[in-house]
Amino acid sequence: MVASQIFGDITLIQILIIIFALFAWSRAMLRLKDKNISLGEFLFWSVLWIAVILIALFPTLIGDLSQIVGVGRAVDMVVYVSIIVLFYLVFRLYVFVDSKNREITTLVRELAIRDAKHKDVKESKDRKEIKDGNVSMIHKTVKTAGRKK
Amino acid sequence: MKIFIVIAAYNEGKSISKVISDLKHAGYDNIIVVDDGSKDDTYNFALNSGAVALRHIVNRGQGAALKTGMDYALRNGADMIIHFDADGQHRVEDLKAMIAPVKSGKYDISVGSRFLKPVKMPFFRRLTLKIAILVVRIFYGAKMTDAHNGFRVMNRKAAETIDITSDRMEHASQIVEEIHRKNLRFIEVPVTILYTDYSLQHGHGGLGQAFKVFIKMIFRRILD
Repeated sequence: MVASQIFGDITLIQILIIIFALFAWSRAMLRLKDKNISLGEFLFWSVLWIAVILIALFPTLIGDLSQIVGVGRAVDMVVYVSIIVLFYLVFRLYVFVDSKNREITTLVRELAIRDAKHKDVKESKDRKEIKDGNVSMIHKTVKTAGRKK
Repeated sequence: MKIFIVIAAYNEGKSISKVISDLKHAGYDNIIVVDDGSKDDTYNFALNSGAVALRHIVNRGQGAALKTGMDYALRNGADMIIHFDADGQHRVEDLKAMIAPVKSGKYDISVGSRFLKPVKMPFFRRLTLKIAILVVRIFYGAKMTDAHNGFRVMNRKAAETIDITSDRMEHASQIVEEIHRKNLRFIEVPVTILYTDYSLQHGHGGLGQAFKVFIKMIFRRILD
């Protein structure tokens, strides 16, 4: 067929991978249209799926690429790249979690300030002295005079 | 002059009533207690002792609690804000000396120092603090005798300028950093810290925690 004239021997798995990648890419295009993902994100996924298609079409590509880059085995390069990508993703996650943490604190603090309460309290004259390490109880008469915000 | 005392409290039910009562007897009426999600009855003790009681519904850390108290004080017209401990480690008698420099208008913030007078202290605590002081000197070029003291008196300007973004224990070193970054006029005042059995029991973790604070200090430097 025409395919084998252009691409040489092509296997079924390669065809399946290409079909799947095209499908995934079309999903990404739809999401972009619906504005569910940003242009930047779409470009990222496009690059990814195009890379998958290229590798599926020309499997020797990875081997050649890793030779160029200076890595022995193709698998090694994939591992190195994956680790770098993971580091970056973890960094992004850390920043995200940290920002959520700050937002929680902001909420808790605002709630605390809005719900502040105060009682007017009159103290009587007797108090016990504090002994080392012990905290004494205090006798007092408590008159509540309503809440002040 | 409206003076507010801000006390951050976490599980200090046993001591908070007396601390508040002592302060009131010394004539300080505006006491704000921020209960940082305590599991005990700190909040009720504080409320029933006549302080303004605020409550974090979940624990966020002493830095966050102090900031909450300070915000409340500022929103209520504070001219001066005092940081005071909830566990009885700070002496009410030291307040006068701490307030005087700020009240005079010559300084924006006064910070307590344990080391301006010779003092007895458990060895490891002293070691940890000395290291912290050295670190502060290296990082900020600031010569302080006590780099980690929770006893502070500041005027409104200082309270508005100091931005405490650290929730947890790093806030103490962040405050020191803020003082130097924002060029606030500060002075160290000798104070006595009372190390009672009670306060030492649940006080600050030693070297391990100090190390974590140090790491966070570095992070802040890098990220800025």
